[in-house]
Amino acid sequence: MSEVFKLHYDVDGENFMAAGAASSDVKRVLRQLGIDAGAIRKAAVAMYEGEINMVIHAGGGVADITVGDDYIEIILSDKGPGIPDVEKAMQEGWSTAPDNIRALGFGAGMGLPNMKKYSDEMNIDTVVGEGTTVTMRINF
Amino acid sequence: MKISTIKELLNANVLCGEELLDTQVYSACGSDMMSDVLAFVKDQAVLLTGLVNPQVVRTAEMMDIRCIVFVRGKIPDEMIISLAKQNDIVVLATSERMFPACGKLYENGLNGTKTIN
Repeated sequence: MSEVFKLHYDVDGENFMAAGAASSDVKRVLRQLGIDAGAIRKAAVAMYEGEINMVIHAGGGVADITVGDDYIEIILSDKGPGIPDVEKAMQEGWSTAPDNIRALGFGAGMGLPNMKKYSDEMNIDTVVGEGTTVTMRINF
Repeated sequence: MKISTIKELLNANVLCGEELLDTQVYSACGSDMMSDVLAFVKDQAVLLTGLVNPQVVRTAEMMDIRCIVFVRGKIPDEMIISLAKQNDIVVLATSERMFPACGKLYENGLNGTKTIN
């Protein structure tokens, strides 16, 4: 069993323009580790959507990434408002993002569906008023 | 299609990545919504957009997109260009609107199925 690689990031919720920096860094590290390019892209997109979500909806949060022998696990955790109706939030095209976020190219209601699509496993643990933790696993 | 051909077809200015204009690309997508771009993971080598902010470059980076074309005469700021440079992404700017820009590229073979030079 080879060693497990771990990364941790604080995602600033105040700066939309800088959002994606953590995902960018993760992508760089995954490349250095020589992970399969398809798995890297899936992980990068899934995490990026999650990172954007944390900035838009939750005032930021933390990201913890684990790279194992044959998987990438991404845990995004925030202390935001929580998701009242997860089933609805998972529907493509359904969004609560405000207009100013749409003007920035997000809030098409594709974030969570994209995250699920690119993950081999995804779990959402959310409590209204307390926060949300999304765990995604990409196998390779 | 080479990126240099895209530049010619759209009468575009090269804002960065001049040295990468010989790169071959086979498919493209046009959207102002980044989440829609992120929804299709298969190779989309060129992104045409009228949206101008750093998240366009981030989106391109995550998707391994090689060239961004800003349409409708939009000019990105230095921060956006610098982010693109860091990621070896060619940035073009054209005064064409989205629909004709996409149409010209598609008509000339950038349809994801065949290769032309």
